[in-house]
Amino acid sequence: MTKKLLATPFAERVRAVVFHRRVVFGVPFAWLLLFFLLPFALVLKISLTSAVMAIPPYEPVFRWVENTLSVVVNFGNYLFLASDSLYIAAYWGSVKTAFLATLFCLLIGYPMAYAMARAPKHWQLVFLLMVMLPSWTSFLIRVYAWMGILGNQGLLNTFLMWLGLIDAPLKMLNTNFAVILGIVYAYLPFMILPIYTNLVKLDVRLLEAASDLGCRSLTTFWAITLPLSKAGILAGSMLVFIPAVGEFVIPELLGGPDTLMIGKVLWEEFFNNRDWPVASSLAIVMLALLLIPIVLFHRFQAREMEKNG
Amino acid sequence: MVKLKAPGFSKSMLLLGMLFLYLPMVVLIVYSFNSSRLVSVWAGFSTKWYGALFANEQILSAVWMSLRIAFYSASMAVCLGTLCAFVITRFKKMRGRTLLSSMITAPLVMPEVITGLSLLLLFVQMAQLIGWPVDRGMATIWIAHTTFCSAYVAVVVSARLREVDLSIEEAAMDLGCTPLKTFFVITLPVIAPALVSGWLLAFTLSLDDLVIASFVSGPGATTLPMVVFSSVRMGVSPEINALATLIIAAVSVIAFMAWFWMRRAEKRRLRPR
Repeated sequence: MTKKLLATPFAERVRAVVFHRRVVFGVPFAWLLLFFLLPFALVLKISLTSAVMAIPPYEPVFRWVENTLSVVVNFGNYLFLASDSLYIAAYWGSVKTAFLATLFCLLIGYPMAYAMARAPKHWQLVFLLMVMLPSWTSFLIRVYAWMGILGNQGLLNTFLMWLGLIDAPLKMLNTNFAVILGIVYAYLPFMILPIYTNLVKLDVRLLEAASDLGCRSLTTFWAITLPLSKAGILAGSMLVFIPAVGEFVIPELLGGPDTLMIGKVLWEEFFNNRDWPVASSLAIVMLALLLIPIVLFHRFQAREMEKNG
Repeated sequence: MVKLKAPGFSKSMLLLGMLFLYLPMVVLIVYSFNSSRLVSVWAGFSTKWYGALFANEQILSAVWMSLRIAFYSASMAVCLGTLCAFVITRFKKMRGRTLLSSMITAPLVMPEVITGLSLLLLFVQMAQLIGWPVDRGMATIWIAHTTFCSAYVAVVVSARLREVDLSIEEAAMDLGCTPLKTFFVITLPVIAPALVSGWLLAFTLSLDDLVIASFVSGPGATTLPMVVFSSVRMGVSPEINALATLIIAAVSVIAFMAWFWMRRAEKRRLRPR
């Protein structure tokens, strides 16, 4: 051992450590710069071009003709988005749907997480796995399951008619109701998990102290449990709200022709109309809209990562 | 210590919530054995849709494609995600650390349509500038999946790295271990469970992705979610019910094994010595 230590002089050891640190930092940094940050710059760039019938279907921003660099920046796409009521309605529809879905997720998920955190230890693991298991199966197939349940000939309508509660099938599939139900179903685990992790860490002595001092259980909940689980509620809400705003699969499969959501509009603009510049500017506006929740979530995440660090 | 019990309301919500999560899947499983095409009619038990599923060349080749992409993406994502987790938890004073940690956590909350669109634009631009990728397909899906899966791996691994006792690593370094050897001999075995769970998470995420893959894929590469999506768009299809049942069965078996393994580890920990 001592022989080995002497054989590697201190300076060389330090150099080796510095080299390793550079590699450890450099490889993921370069990857993310190339495949995460640069693509966003490109979306911004292409949102400022105009569409042409070519491959790729947009005009270049920078052009070098006869020793002259011409920069063509086209704000037309953004003006177009602002002038067409379809897009404004789609943004509003997305935010409204995502907000309602997040609210229902919270109302269903919070009590579930609460009961899980108070369950005996060996049951907690079972419940945790049971909540996570659906999200390991296919997202697409879980959304598809509701198509068979909600359809006019579907299970729920057949059941209700058998009970005699309704005479004619209710229109449930291809409505906004189905979209919200689908989002709640698909994203519920993402609401439960952060709240559960938060509630399970809650100091039980605080609740004991409150009950010893004569607090009623509901008052204790409002005064202690709920404020202390704020971070979990916030994280869960962001994890549901942000992806729900940009959701494509759920409005496409469960929504109807009057379901306007921005993820679906972007998809159609890109794949059906092949208008890449308008699709890009839709993405940029969506990002601007989501900036506040994304920053909020990011700060929460950074704080969690810093903790015990 | 007073044992705090959950009030009745939250307990019944837990029960109802579990029913809500599982009933639709039970419906899929039951109807995969229905010999009628219609959901509302029960025409008797049959396994013919499973036969039809295994005769469907398109689905089978898409399954194989998806499994390969998921395997490669998960493996690469574990490498990148672990490096990121190291930077976030260990290199507190490094320049660019904040930028890296922002870039690695951003995909967690980025809407999929934006990630897909931005990566496609990058690949188109790259093809113009450097002539690669000529055809979008497996390689481009691999890059896209690796990028967003790394984020999840980084979260899982950094949580574990923070619990690792640094003194053992320092001892190894003091005794003349190189940083690389210290990593492989000391750190790697300690964080191995987190790497395994990160890999599995990345694997399922890659297997499940429709939106990003649709953007960055070309005509040559069709993944399983794409095939499923194009067939369910038309309405309920019993073959997809059969496929869903197989997926749910596979995931349940893995989850049960995980539960069994975790419970055993917990018991061993609690056993008096």
